[in-house]
Amino acid sequence: MYRIVKKQDLAPTIKKFEIQAPLIAKKAKPGQFVVIRIDEKGERIPLTLVDASPERGTITIAALEAGKTTKKLNSMKEGDYIANIAGPLGNPAEIAHYGTVACVGGGVGIACIYPEVKAFKKAGNYVISILGARTKEGLILKEEIKEFSDELYVATDDGSEGFHGFVHLLLKKLIEEGKRFDLVVAVGPVPMMKAVAETTKPYGIKTIVSLNPIMVDGTGMCGCCRVEVGGKTKFACVDGPEFDAHQVDFDLLMARNRRFIEEERLALKKFEESCACGR
Amino acid sequence: MAKVRETKVPMPEQPPEERIKNFKEVPLGYTPEMAMEEAKRCLQCKPRKGKEFPPCVEGCPVNVNIPEFIKAIKEGRFDDAIKIIKDKNSLPAITGRVCPYENQCEGNCTLGKKHEPVGIGRLERFAADYERAKGFTIPEKPKPNGKKVAIIGSGPAGLTAAADLAKKGYDVTVFEALHEPGGVLVYGIPEFRLPKEIVRAEVEYIKALGVKILTDVVVGKTITLEELLNEYDAIFVSTGAGLPNFMNIPGENLNGIYSANEFLTRLNLMRAYQFPEYDTPIKVGNKVAVIGGGNVAMDCARWARRLGKEVYIVYRRTEAEMPARKEEIEHAKEEGIKFLLLTAPIRYIGDEKGWVKQMECIKFELGEPDASGRRRPVPIKGSEFIMDIDTVVVAIGQSPNPLVPQTTPKLKTTKWGTIEVDEELRTSVERVWAGGDIVRGDSTVILAMGDGRKASLSIDKYLSSPDRKWEFKGKAELKDKN
Ligand SMILES: Cc1cc2nc3c(=O)[nH]c(=O)nc-3n(C[C@H](O)[C@H](O)[C@H](O)COP(=O)(O)OP(=O)(O)OC[C@H]3O[C@@H](n4cnc5c(N)ncnc54)[C@H](O)[C@@H]3O)c2cc1C
Ligand SMILES: Cc1cc2nc3c(=O)[nH]c(=O)nc-3n(C[C@H](O)[C@H](O)[C@H](O)COP(=O)(O)OP(=O)(O)OC[C@H]3O[C@@H](n4cnc5c(N)ncnc54)[C@H](O)[C@@H]3O)c2cc1C
Ligand code: SF4
Ligand code: SF4
Ligand code: FES
Repeated sequence: MYRIVKKQDLAPTIKKFEIQAPLIAKKAKPGQFVVIRIDEKGERIPLTLVDASPERGTITIAALEAGKTTKKLNSMKEGDYIANIAGPLGNPAEIAHYGTVACVGGGVGIACIYPEVKAFKKAGNYVISILGARTKEGLILKEEIKEFSDELYVATDDGSEGFHGFVHLLLKKLIEEGKRFDLVVAVGPVPMMKAVAETTKPYGIKTIVSLNPIMVDGTGMCGCCRVEVGGKTKFACVDGPEFDAHQVDFDLLMARNRRFIEEERLALKKFEESCACGR
Repeated sequence: MAKVRETKVPMPEQPPEERIKNFKEVPLGYTPEMAMEEAKRCLQCKPRKGKEFPPCVEGCPVNVNIPEFIKAIKEGRFDDAIKIIKDKNSLPAITGRVCPYENQCEGNCTLGKKHEPVGIGRLERFAADYERAKGFTIPEKPKPNGKKVAIIGSGPAGLTAAADLAKKGYDVTVFEALHEPGGVLVYGIPEFRLPKEIVRAEVEYIKALGVKILTDVVVGKTITLEELLNEYDAIFVSTGAGLPNFMNIPGENLNGIYSANEFLTRLNLMRAYQFPEYDTPIKVGNKVAVIGGGNVAMDCARWARRLGKEVYIVYRRTEAEMPARKEEIEHAKEEGIKFLLLTAPIRYIGDEKGWVKQMECIKFELGEPDASGRRRPVPIKGSEFIMDIDTVVVAIGQSPNPLVPQTTPKLKTTKWGTIEVDEELRTSVERVWAGGDIVRGDSTVILAMGDGRKASLSIDKYLSSPDRKWEFKGKAELKDKN
């Protein structure tokens, strides 16, 4: 059992949790994730490690309400217990000195990119963070990210803050204005990562994305998380989750993530009917 | 002396039309009367010339004293029977259900030459169920000897080693990656073949012996083998063969195509058959093709049948070459599963939304025997055909789990990724032993269990010796015996 020691609202549908998990906290590296199961009847879902404190023995995760499990998680309170957390899973991000690195986060992906912003900065890179969300409320962790960024740009779909439009268009604009990037790292919804990959490809900028296929065990045992990279099948949980964006078959990933859409709707409906906490 | 029955006392079982509508165990087990009746059939054989054990015992990988326990059942001494079995086999409720006994103890039974062999598996199961119904008696805790052993993986190999070592006074901790202990016994073998309640009871028994089980610990990730070596006197690696194989043919990543591991894990471990009461879904269309001919394929096919689907086993040789247990093949047929033999898929075809809708297959004929002695399937040119299908389960085997070897560079592995061990299951790394599927590739519950026992003996020998000299004698060929 893993105790929630701190909960914080980042946005109306994104909550951040600091959770007691000393073994994982000791090992967590940027780019890695955990698999959690809330309770006996729960599903196993992957969530990125946003932060970790070996001293306090805690890890930090942030979840966007996508369906039943993330809604239920976000309704939990400080002092509540999560039944299972396994990790840190996946390969750590390859943090090195590249030169100028763009860290692009979209939606809840902003939280996922945060530890990488920090690590790239520590490794001596010139870090340009580019954050995108639907509205300005979605621009989470902006101050924290700013602290470790040499430059920070934001984009909103509705123009309520910063650049008006999708984040890849902002990235394109920056490239066209003459910014040179040695590496682009993008984390966010699949269509956003696909668009970033298409944006950087003509310029030949090395681009890394963190893939989020549906998972079960997260240890390479089930093959649920299969993705195609460079025409080859990979298991994202053990071979990834980060891959060369220009090699990824994003359309396949999108199709595979829709596999259980009807079941997910049903589960959510049932949850909202049965639970007073569903708004 | 009265003439012996020619056939086994029948075991009551759920009729096929009934059982495909539920998820409960198919064979229902003997009553005491039936067990005593069946036990009467045993001829109480002596060892054949030049052999150490009676024929049936020779056939059992862990040499359970079969005539003795059967005699005890015949005489109604059920407590004695279970004691005799447990002297060699710590998980009889499980092996009595899933052992391939027709090739092992029963395959060697003298009575089997003329008639049906003695139902050794059924009797073993009876004795174990009898004990469980009564409630296990926990042996008195031995004095702690102050030595600590870590076990990685909680399948049959790990659980057996843990129990054996705990009984000797070791402080034992089992590390398990998943949220529930049991390995394949909980995530792979279906409820209708091995009720999970039985595995849980065994796990509870092992905990009562003082063994600590830490779930959610992925060794190699959460903690490394080398770190464990700082804290423990010895380590037994029993991480199994949990890496699913695919055929690498076009379309294999379409929606609706599962590995057997994913299919079974969703259903067994995550209980997708109780969705939406349990949160994990599974989506199965109307016409299911299961690729493969082993136990795993039968399990997937029979699961799909219980979800109310039309199910095909697609296998590239004939039924005679199928590695699955006979009983499972029979059960599958009774349940209405169709067999498409001498056939294999070469390509999957998807619809516009990325779901599999058809598969292209090719027919085979049997050619010369290959290295395994089985006749090699040879594709027939021009025999390709297309079949409508909307769900596929790929059950063509597993490879060893690479997590521990990958993160322990000094640990020697074979070209198949299995860990190299000597006769005593010692590895190339000092104070580390390994056994079960991580060493054997795909094998069986009883062999994994036997490895757990063998490793525990070797660990005990090593840790009790004053000089603790590590000897790794180089790779040994493991036999199907312990
Ligand atoms: C490596 C990795 C890291 C991730 N990190 C984060 C994170 O830090 N924060 C966060 O909010 N989300 C993260 N996700 C996505 C998160 O796991 C899913 O949103 C979650 O599983 C949805 O579960 P649900 O029951 O709430 O929704 P569901 O009802 O199951 O699904 C709602 C939608 O989410 C998608 N989805 C469903 N299951 C998964 C899954 N297991 N993985 C990915 N997408 C899924 C489906 O396409 C569906 O449309 C990550 C995913 C991966 C693979
Ligand atoms: C579907 C199916 C049906 C089968 N049917 C039969 C049958 O009828 N009869 C029979 O005799 N055999 C059968 N088998 C084979 C039998 O189950 C295996 O041979 C046996 O379970 C192997 O035992 P094990 O202890 O070596 O490993 P496993 O049972 O595979 O257990 C290994 C455990 O280690 C854990 N693990 C892996 N990596 C790590 C890590 N890094 N850190 C921590 N934990 C880890 C895994 O999660 C797992 O729980 C079947 C197998 C399958 C898949
Ligand atoms: S353990 Fe298996 S092989 Fe040995 S006696 Fe029991 S059923 Fe037979
Ligand atoms: S071989 Fe068969 S008949 Fe003989 S002792 Fe063993 S079980 Fe009994
Ligand atoms: S989630 Fe099971 S193999 Fe990756």
